[in-house]
Amino acid sequence: MQTSLITEVDALSHQQVELCYHCHKCSAGCPLLPEMTFGPDRLLRMVQVGDGDRALRSRDVWLCSGCATCATRCPNDIDISAVMDALRQIAVATDVPAGERDALLFHRLFLGVVRRLGRSHEAAMLGLFKVLSRVPIYRDVPAGIGLFLRGKVPVLPRPSGAASEVRRLFERSQ
Amino acid sequence: MRYSYYPGCSAHSTGLEYTLSTEATLRQLDVELEEIEGWNCCGASSAHALNHRLALTLPARNLALAQKAGGDLLIPCAACYNRLKGAELALRSNSEARAEIEADVGFSFTGQVRIRPLLAILHEDFGPQRVAAETRRPLSGLKVVPYYGCLLVRPPRVAQFDDPDDPRLMASLLRAAGAEVMPWSHATDCCGAGLSLPRSDAVYRLVGRLAERAREAGAEALVTACPLCQVNLEMRQPATPRLPAFYFTELLGLAFDLPEARRWWPKHLIDPRPLLRSHNLAD
Repeated sequence: MQTSLITEVDALSHQQVELCYHCHKCSAGCPLLPEMTFGPDRLLRMVQVGDGDRALRSRDVWLCSGCATCATRCPNDIDISAVMDALRQIAVATDVPAGERDALLFHRLFLGVVRRLGRSHEAAMLGLFKVLSRVPIYRDVPAGIGLFLRGKVPVLPRPSGAASEVRRLFERSQ
Repeated sequence: MRYSYYPGCSAHSTGLEYTLSTEATLRQLDVELEEIEGWNCCGASSAHALNHRLALTLPARNLALAQKAGGDLLIPCAACYNRLKGAELALRSNSEARAEIEADVGFSFTGQVRIRPLLAILHEDFGPQRVAAETRRPLSGLKVVPYYGCLLVRPPRVAQFDDPDDPRLMASLLRAAGAEVMPWSHATDCCGAGLSLPRSDAVYRLVGRLAERAREAGAEALVTACPLCQVNLEMRQPATPRLPAFYFTELLGLAFDLPEARRWWPKHLIDPRPLLRSHNLAD
């Protein structure tokens, strides 16, 4: 898998990672760099040289917020946020353990709720995240209560009329 | 004026006051909003992280509904806007992806629906002159910084909105409503977005820096056009005194002297009323 990683990433992201000449603009502008181990530039290098395992296991791919600052500044027009998406998708498809377990959990719960309801539903998602994540259960309780009291996390979802069609989109995407 | 309307999932939850102020402000401008029936989640930041195909088909289904409804599609949420534009770009530029999306969603893309963010509609179809003409209660002395966040402007080939490095639409509308817009360099910095739950520490750091820079610029509040930015700015702002984060529609509605405005302020996690009272803008 490692030797073909760049081919796979290029195909999934519709980008050409080989064009990167490592000017470091992406890492210089990345708002999450302080939390990362390598940063986007070094991840691109790992993809180029076939060091896929390190890239896919890194917490960095899960820390990318998708802000696309890198994609906007890249002199070679590589949409690096799309590359990060491709790395996450490959990591999940090949069962590589996520470097930020709770970030993956969040995405899974979010999509799980959308799959069932057709729309997102904060109360369900926040509740499940509280129970299943490693974030201490008491954290954010005051903020959660604040949102609830302001009517911002309705307990019951509004019917969307889209649930069955959305479920079909999920099935087709597997 | 009539628009198709895609409210997005946060419209009736965390972004409640964005929805209330959007609908009230547009009513004042004689806009008729036609919510597209049976719309679904755009996939937000999770679909594209895990599933490339869903990241295109979820928003494309909404595009199909909007196509059936006809007219321009108005989207208040920056993230929903970005996802729908991303699907549109794939449909336009990649015939393979297009065939796949059309088959999954069961529609045929015509490319005739204009997907437009609310901010651009207000600026292009109404403009600062109309805002000034509707202003009965100028926001005199209220010092704000516009905060666009990421997804309205980036990546530019998807978002096609204003100047991605130096957007100006919001400032010009806020100035027309009488607010004092302070110059700053962080209008398109990231707030941390969906990391707010799994890595709140990182989001506190990013939001803390934004608030600090806003204060340095002399602002008393931030103004956003994105429900996720707004909730992060108010929920993850560490230092005191904390700056409230308004939706730009709330400030326009306030300047239009809409009676509904008083119902928006209690929805904030950071109460903006002390600030508004100090400028005689709230009772």
